Amino acid sequence: MNAGKASCRHAFSAALLEAARKDPSIYAVCSDSKGSTALGDFEAALPRQYVEAGIAEQDAVGIAAGLARCDKTAFVCGPASFYSARSLEQVKVDVAYAASDVKVIGISGGVSYGYLGSTHHALHDLAVMRTFPGLEVFLPCDAASTAAITAYLAGSGKPAYMRLGRGPVPEVYAPELKAEFAPGRANLLREGRDCAIVAAGEAVQPALAAAAILAVRGIQARVLDCWSIKPFDVAAIEAAAEETGCIVTVEEHSVHGGLGSAVAEAVAQSRPVPMRIIGFPDEWAPAGSSEELFAYYGLTAERIAAAAEELAARAKGR
Amino acid sequence: MIHAARMGHMGGSLSSVDILVSLYFHSMRCGPANWGDPARDHFIMSKGHSVEGFYAVLARAGFFPESALADYGKFGGMLYGHPTLKVPGVEIPSGSLGHGLAVGVGMALAAKRDGLPSRVFVLMGDGEQAEGSVWEAARAAAHYGLDNLVAIVDANGLQISGPVAKVMNSGPLAAKYASFGWAVREADGHDHAALTAAFDSAPWKPGAPNFLLAHTKKGRGVSFMENDASWHHRTPTDDEYGRALAELGARQGSGAAEAWAAGEGGAR
Repeated sequence: MNAGKASCRHAFSAALLEAARKDPSIYAVCSDSKGSTALGDFEAALPRQYVEAGIAEQDAVGIAAGLARCDKTAFVCGPASFYSARSLEQVKVDVAYAASDVKVIGISGGVSYGYLGSTHHALHDLAVMRTFPGLEVFLPCDAASTAAITAYLAGSGKPAYMRLGRGPVPEVYAPELKAEFAPGRANLLREGRDCAIVAAGEAVQPALAAAAILAVRGIQARVLDCWSIKPFDVAAIEAAAEETGCIVTVEEHSVHGGLGSAVAEAVAQSRPVPMRIIGFPDEWAPAGSSEELFAYYGLTAERIAAAAEELAARAKGR
Repeated sequence: MIHAARMGHMGGSLSSVDILVSLYFHSMRCGPANWGDPARDHFIMSKGHSVEGFYAVLARAGFFPESALADYGKFGGMLYGHPTLKVPGVEIPSGSLGHGLAVGVGMALAAKRDGLPSRVFVLMGDGEQAEGSVWEAARAAAHYGLDNLVAIVDANGLQISGPVAKVMNSGPLAAKYASFGWAVREADGHDHAALTAAFDSAPWKPGAPNFLLAHTKKGRGVSFMENDASWHHRTPTDDEYGRALAELGARQGSGAAEAWAAGEGGAR
């Protein structure tokens, strides 16, 4: 965890540029967002494959869908808050319903924008995106996973939504791990049989840290990175329920409709076990940085560990 | 179709069908034979509710058998009440208004950057012009100098709850598109010669996208449907159906219906 930090958005733009240099049908579409998406280098290197739509997310998604109908792979990139709300209908109809080869890249998702407030927060995006048939939904947790998923997206031929955080984040996937990122497959980051901590995105790192705290207390927690929100690894969740007896989910998202809901949908219908869903409650967040809001709402290693310990005790006592 | 399925959008289908006939049977290089050719022309039905006329034209153009039109409005069938990708010849699903022009901008931009001769035709409604997303796309089309894009508004003057000018006046459309940097023309939207002359002479001004304001009549061809907003999505009774067929049949000598029946030689 002491490795250098790197931001997912920079890992994305580097991976996209690498893919687009090899494949001239890969386009990037921005909405006055090339700074926030770190695509300035892309525009400079491949201007013929870059489209600026101005501050007009609906237009940007429609243009991307039009490019895709003409045999392009279009990455439409900008703040997650806007692409998952302002242009949501274009994502539904022109991307998902149309099965367009368009990747909607939501930058600075969750509460990345911190003090900019709830206009700029995207805590609802997973909930809405995962209800659109045919749309894959991914949530990488670090630079390496972002690069791997971006490489997949460049050649998948399918519509997808990928949410990225803004700031530099610690490395979860060291290169020597050679982790695979197959859609629909959660990655097992730590084995354990006393409880399961299921996380995605920037909540994965504190989930891993929580497991380390729990180990010191004699509790072995399994940690799953559910980066593929859709397709979802139901089998891995069912196995976690069966083998650990309780599940804590952690996500930078509303507690309604996101990762916790996906896990609950899976286990409630097959292997019901006690659960605790840690995320953002049904309220507008107070003013704060991303870190301050994570702390306020309990997305920290210590608070996740405490929740898991309590839940594991309750599960054992049943 | 509409009479049998007891659902549909009669008025807008009749106001737009002459535009479709002019495109598919004369001006566009777009048919089942060249569907896989990236250099072909493209059509986007942004006013997706005018789907029955669109289905009839696609069938006549050979995209699917005319017998399949009986499938319209049947459970599990191919023909929904708005265009979908299940239907051969449909480029993009539509039905929610204000989406088509942006998709057309993306297609026209792709053709330009690939150096292809493709032209992209987008048919919108006049009521649809109230959607703000239309104007985002109108601005982008001019910004990128997409003279291979032709936007057509089926200006029948009526929308679901009444006259467009009264519900939400989006006019003057010609002046607005001109001010956005488009080359603008107007035509009688039921005059095939005028329509094809406009389409065939595009681009009208190099570097500018093309806007055709097509003046039409909602419910065109059936006297008791013409210019009556209630026919936006009313379905005819058996009696009305019989009278409408009789009127349309009687018009066959008048040019439009004759050309329609003959298919004008089929899609090129």
